[in-house]
Amino acid sequence: MTTAKKTAASRDVDGVSRRALLTGALAGGFVLAFRLPVRAANEPASAPNDTAGKFAPNAFIRIDSAGKTTLVMPQVEMGQGIYTAVAMILAEELDADFSAVVLEHAPANEKLYANPLFGIQATGGSTSVRAFWKPLRAAGATARAMLIRAAAQQWQVEPATCTASNGEVIHAESGRRLAYGALVEAANALTPPKDAAVKDPKDFVLIGKPLKRFDTPDKVNGKTIYGIDAMLPGMKFATLAASPVFGGKVGKVDDARARKIPGVRQIVVLDDMVAVVGDHMWAAKKGLDALDVTWNEGANARINSKDILEDLRAASEKDGVIAKSDGDIAKGLAAGDKFEAAFELPFLAHAPMEPLNCTVHLKPDSCEIWTGTQIMARVQSEAAKAAGLPPEKVVVNQHLIGGGFGRRLEPDMVVAAVRIAKEVDGPVKVVWTREEDIQHDVYRPVYRDTIAATLSGGKIVGWKYRVTGAAIIARWLPPAFQKGVDIDAVDGAVDIPYDIPNLHIEYNRAEPPAVPTGFWRGVGPNNNIFAVECFMDELARKAGKDPVTFRRDMLGKNPRQLAALNLAVEKSGWGQPLPARVGRGVCAQPSFGSFVATVVEAEIDEQGEVHLRRITSAVDTGIAVNPDTIRAQLEGGLIFGLTAALYGEITIDKGRVQQSNFHDYRMLRIDQTPKIEVHLINSGEAPGGIGETGVTAGPPALRNAIYAATGVALRRLPIERSLLAVGKKA
Amino acid sequence: MATTLTINGERKSFDAPAEMPLLWVLRDILGMTGTKFGCGIAQCGACTVHVDGKPVRSCVLPVSAVRDRPVTTIEGVGASPAGAKVQKAWLDLEVIQCGYCQSGQIMSAAALLASTPNPDDSDIDAAMAGNICRCGTYVRIREAIKQAASGRQS
Repeated sequence: MTTAKKTAASRDVDGVSRRALLTGALAGGFVLAFRLPVRAANEPASAPNDTAGKFAPNAFIRIDSAGKTTLVMPQVEMGQGIYTAVAMILAEELDADFSAVVLEHAPANEKLYANPLFGIQATGGSTSVRAFWKPLRAAGATARAMLIRAAAQQWQVEPATCTASNGEVIHAESGRRLAYGALVEAANALTPPKDAAVKDPKDFVLIGKPLKRFDTPDKVNGKTIYGIDAMLPGMKFATLAASPVFGGKVGKVDDARARKIPGVRQIVVLDDMVAVVGDHMWAAKKGLDALDVTWNEGANARINSKDILEDLRAASEKDGVIAKSDGDIAKGLAAGDKFEAAFELPFLAHAPMEPLNCTVHLKPDSCEIWTGTQIMARVQSEAAKAAGLPPEKVVVNQHLIGGGFGRRLEPDMVVAAVRIAKEVDGPVKVVWTREEDIQHDVYRPVYRDTIAATLSGGKIVGWKYRVTGAAIIARWLPPAFQKGVDIDAVDGAVDIPYDIPNLHIEYNRAEPPAVPTGFWRGVGPNNNIFAVECFMDELARKAGKDPVTFRRDMLGKNPRQLAALNLAVEKSGWGQPLPARVGRGVCAQPSFGSFVATVVEAEIDEQGEVHLRRITSAVDTGIAVNPDTIRAQLEGGLIFGLTAALYGEITIDKGRVQQSNFHDYRMLRIDQTPKIEVHLINSGEAPGGIGETGVTAGPPALRNAIYAATGVALRRLPIERSLLAVGKKA
Repeated sequence: MATTLTINGERKSFDAPAEMPLLWVLRDILGMTGTKFGCGIAQCGACTVHVDGKPVRSCVLPVSAVRDRPVTTIEGVGASPAGAKVQKAWLDLEVIQCGYCQSGQIMSAAALLASTPNPDDSDIDAAMAGNICRCGTYVRIREAIKQAASGRQS
């Protein structure tokens, strides 16, 4: 590689080629009991260079002379328990006093806090523990080695004769001890070692224990400050309306009625949105309702779901770009009995419980932002562009997030808030109504997955699978979009667990018109695992085999997946008799670096309504940093995925989203939630991702339960009840 | 309109339009941000508070309709035996994920236990089905209510 080429193709991230990280890390698998207060996690993070008088050997650890140990969180907490997991990993290798550590949000700083799997500062794709496992362990171990050396020098003993535990260095031979705080100055004078040894997992004292979370105590008493709770002196409140038709512009605005609403202070009219600023959200909302806006809807007013689906179907007929090809697909498809199927998935909104919001205080030469985001540095740079300021003049105050699910991987809400703030004197909190949140989302795209497979001797011998849909990666992480393949959209297709001799995966980019699309919890594997696992059940039936047996017979080369399948099957009561119109469905998936198997048991009543009865999951996620969090993520992920399977669909008519709130964009509720069992397998492997595995598991397992109960092979989501009523044929 | 309410045992006076929902009075006028905005149409339960001990959706309750009845919010519910038991059970079982809906979940659960000390599954369904949790913590919510109820007996 020439020097010039190298400069263009790679930027070093901690000495490792950025390109190598992206391609290597993303290819295959998005490959891409003590309780503590969060304290500082709700306060603005200190600047990364605020290390005066502290031992700060790296970006993640600060110890002051009083021994106060602050751990800086590179990934954001949005419910997945990552603050606790990150703190456990750091404190484990640092041998910190875990009962006294304080957590702090990382500031916007791509250089220090980029996610090694993305190359940017982002929390998503179930990558946090996978991406930071090694760097965090190294950070902790390096700091510990320096503290030990500092103590050893003071005692004039060999460092190897000292140990560390619970925030102290100990020289057992002489019985001497020194607290970390007393070693700050001496440790600061040392050069960090290059290869400090990390612990043998058998010596872990924190990792692997179901420790209580840092963030939950303040969540039971209303003390947690989410972005939407930011309060500043003199702050005004605003709410906005963008054109109901995607891409439409503001035409005429009559604000006579709105101005008469008590508490309304200002009407902001921009080219593509209007906002009302008031003394409180109620005034702003009433004012917005009273505003008479004529929109120039533009050409997008003709867009509708039916045409989008027809276009998608047409696109899926064309050959795609090859994402993976093993064996000889022509030979494979010529052998045995051939079967084909197409699976279709709808647009989905994220609908986090915390509606979109952003508070901005814009001054002539600075901009301060309060919000919860999955992309700190990108929010900073996008806000800077909108404000017309250099990025270093923008301070982003991170918050605990009331649900991300991928929605807060986008900066659009921050950009909109800054644009409104440009028209307002003093700080302004911009809050989206739920209707605006749902109708101006960045939607999970529609996908069409087509598979042709051949069966011979009860096994699959040929498998040609084409994914057609939007390339989110091309927009969101352009360097990772190589040779026309969206590595996320085909992730679960490429990473298929089964031993199939002739396998061919294609990707067909098809962008829906006007509808913005983005990552949604479960990302690409949502469509892949649904298609693969649904078709597995259909093929098992063609082969005359039990769905579990059919899968097991093709998992010989994948022992971790097989073990997960066997455990889920055993715990679920698979094979035991069930009443009429009750079925069990299985899903096996290696996703996000974890191996999961799930059995859903469901009843389908005579009207075709689906009732969940029982869910059993088994997961091998390698070393489970906090096993209770792993369970919680599976439980919650399953509900999230099943909600989409049962209800999730955003439809477009006349260029606008037809759903608006929880009455027509429904969520699963407690009275529909069955017992969920999660069983962990401790394989001792490096940790996998977990936050999205339940999401991808639920829909195919439910669909297969419906197939078992009714014989109806559904191929679209959400579940079409009309096909399941007694007397109906698919 | 000058209004005085008793919130968590304290008298609070403020000026607000009569039809302004209690939610926005709490959050934007009084700065009590523990009560959450989720949907604005009484579909999700994130804004649940107690008025005279009963769970209500504060996003659709005009402040003038509260009158002289006492209001309890998530910031004050821990002062009641049922509220304290619920909060403890929520932490013991690590119910919470993102936590945004949990103020409302806890308020609904505390009201349930105050009126029905030993709820069965159908009581829990009836009392809690109005509260959406997007993180899907329902399994643990059910367990935690049962634990809080059994703690009450011991």
